[in-house]
Amino acid sequence: MNIGRLIICEILFRKLSFALGVLSVFAAVGCLVGALASLREHDRRTEQIIAAKQAETQEKMELLADDYRRITLKLGFNVLILPKDQKLGDLFADDYATKYMPEEYATRLAKSRVATINHILPSLQQKVKWPETGRTILLMGVRGEVYMRGAGQKPLLEPVQAGKIVLGAELHQGLKLKVGDTTRLMGREFTVAKLNEERGTKDDITAWINLAEAQAMLGKEGQINGILALDCTCADARLPLIRAEIEKILPDTQVIEFASQAIARAETRNRAAAEAEAAIEREKQGRSLLRSEREAFAAVLMPLVVLGCAVWIGFLALANVRERRGEIGVLRALGVRARQILWLFLGRAVAMGVAGACLGYAAGQAAIAGAEFNVLLLAAVIAGAPLLAALASWIPALLAAQQDPADILRQE
Amino acid sequence: MDTILELRDVQKHFRRPDGVVQAMDGVSLRIGAGEFVAVQGPSGSGKTTLLMAAGVLMQPDSGVVVIAGEEPYKLSAEQRAGFRAAHIGFVFQQFHLVHYLNVLDNVLTAALALPADDAEERARGLIERFGLASRAGHVPSELSIGERQRAALARALLNRPKLLLADEPTGNLDEENGRLVLDCLAGFAKDGGAVLLVTHDPKAAGFSHRALRMENGKLAAG
Repeated sequence: MNIGRLIICEILFRKLSFALGVLSVFAAVGCLVGALASLREHDRRTEQIIAAKQAETQEKMELLADDYRRITLKLGFNVLILPKDQKLGDLFADDYATKYMPEEYATRLAKSRVATINHILPSLQQKVKWPETGRTILLMGVRGEVYMRGAGQKPLLEPVQAGKIVLGAELHQGLKLKVGDTTRLMGREFTVAKLNEERGTKDDITAWINLAEAQAMLGKEGQINGILALDCTCADARLPLIRAEIEKILPDTQVIEFASQAIARAETRNRAAAEAEAAIEREKQGRSLLRSEREAFAAVLMPLVVLGCAVWIGFLALANVRERRGEIGVLRALGVRARQILWLFLGRAVAMGVAGACLGYAAGQAAIAGAEFNVLLLAAVIAGAPLLAALASWIPALLAAQQDPADILRQE
Repeated sequence: MDTILELRDVQKHFRRPDGVVQAMDGVSLRIGAGEFVAVQGPSGSGKTTLLMAAGVLMQPDSGVVVIAGEEPYKLSAEQRAGFRAAHIGFVFQQFHLVHYLNVLDNVLTAALALPADDAEERARGLIERFGLASRAGHVPSELSIGERQRAALARALLNRPKLLLADEPTGNLDEENGRLVLDCLAGFAKDGGAVLLVTHDPKAAGFSHRALRMENGKLAAG
């Protein structure tokens, strides 16, 4: 015989009293586990929702980026790097820059791995008389893009090979030229490589030839008067960033922006991205608010449930002590120590707590669909519930241990 | 003859709403090993108080109590509990069996205070000796009155006490069961133990070696 066996025998004898105690622990633990599982489930659902929205936004942004790339391909470059001393009034009046800079600038820019622009196309452009046809045209010498990120970069504009010419719509329509025809320009013979469609811009009166040939024809060897580029459209205040970056690399240049349609579309894309991010942020805040409300509810409910449970267990323990007064008296008379009597009642409370914790955990988990098994929480309630039950039973157990056996035996 | 229990000029009073009750008034008593002493007296004469004081359950106001050569009231409460377990056996009129334990476990409750490896073996031996072997697995409510008192007697003897204190042990028993219990007490004394029996029953007192009378807290020869 030992105290443990005595506790088990007594529990089996007073099943209802024990079951009522277990029920209260069960309710408290069930509420706690249910509340925590609910919060965990809320977090999991929030993560799912946010991840789905982010994936959706990412997909839309990729579509928009692709659209933008296609639009840009149609509209061409949107940044022009000019010599610093180029007057913009002259540029707009003449349709080309009248100041020059070394062709090497384009290579230097590309090697610098500048971040705010994506494509670099050195060009030499000048309005000239096409003596063989009597037309005034824009002659554009291009050599193809200077690659910034290796050969894998997809060019916006194909290079024009030496001896080839690409013609704007007004020129090839007016001169009735077709691809493969030969034509003479400023005394040199060129084969028509490509005919551009009508764009409604100065491109319609532009003839593109190889940069080296253009430099030779215009007497500007090693010189260019513009570097066309495509900005990254990665921030709202792009131009100051581009200017700041390029100024460090090419101090004697200036940067202007053009092709506003493409820029406007890019800005729209950026705004859409920002709006999508804001929508995700609002969703996060909404879910966070809902979680806070649930937390606040649990923070009010749990202490009340735990307190109620403790009071109920204390009441049951007190009733148990009163019911077992004679037993306490005779055990004390037989020499059982006060601390053994204390453990007799605390042990019963601990058993109540363990049983209630196991059942309450199972019920709390079952109540929340999809709740995951949490071994730490289980361990915490299995440790915490018996402790709570023992604390709630402490005063009744102490009263039992302090009872005077002589008084009990005389009165019984 | 070794002295097992000695009370010297023991005083005990209780305060009641109607005044002070002198339950023990200069009680002196010596019981030696192998002696069976009966104390008779009317209700309220102080017999139970005497038993409680002798049983180390109630500290006297004054006087000395010596059991097996020790003064237990000089010990701490926890030590007194251990002392009771080791030296004293109790038998009560109401048996005070734990009603959710069977006979074997009830007898073994005495081992809670004084654990021993052979406790169960001794308990089964006592149960056999008191004719309860077939009832060992029964709870008190399934036993006759006589069987309950025999079970209580077995519990009192489990730790091999030197002193057996019996408070009206035959009060609820028929003549046959009463005799069986008294024979057992006498047998305990014969085996070298000391017995203090408080009773109203003159027949019970007849089993003792010495009968005393208690009135108004004073002890006198019977």
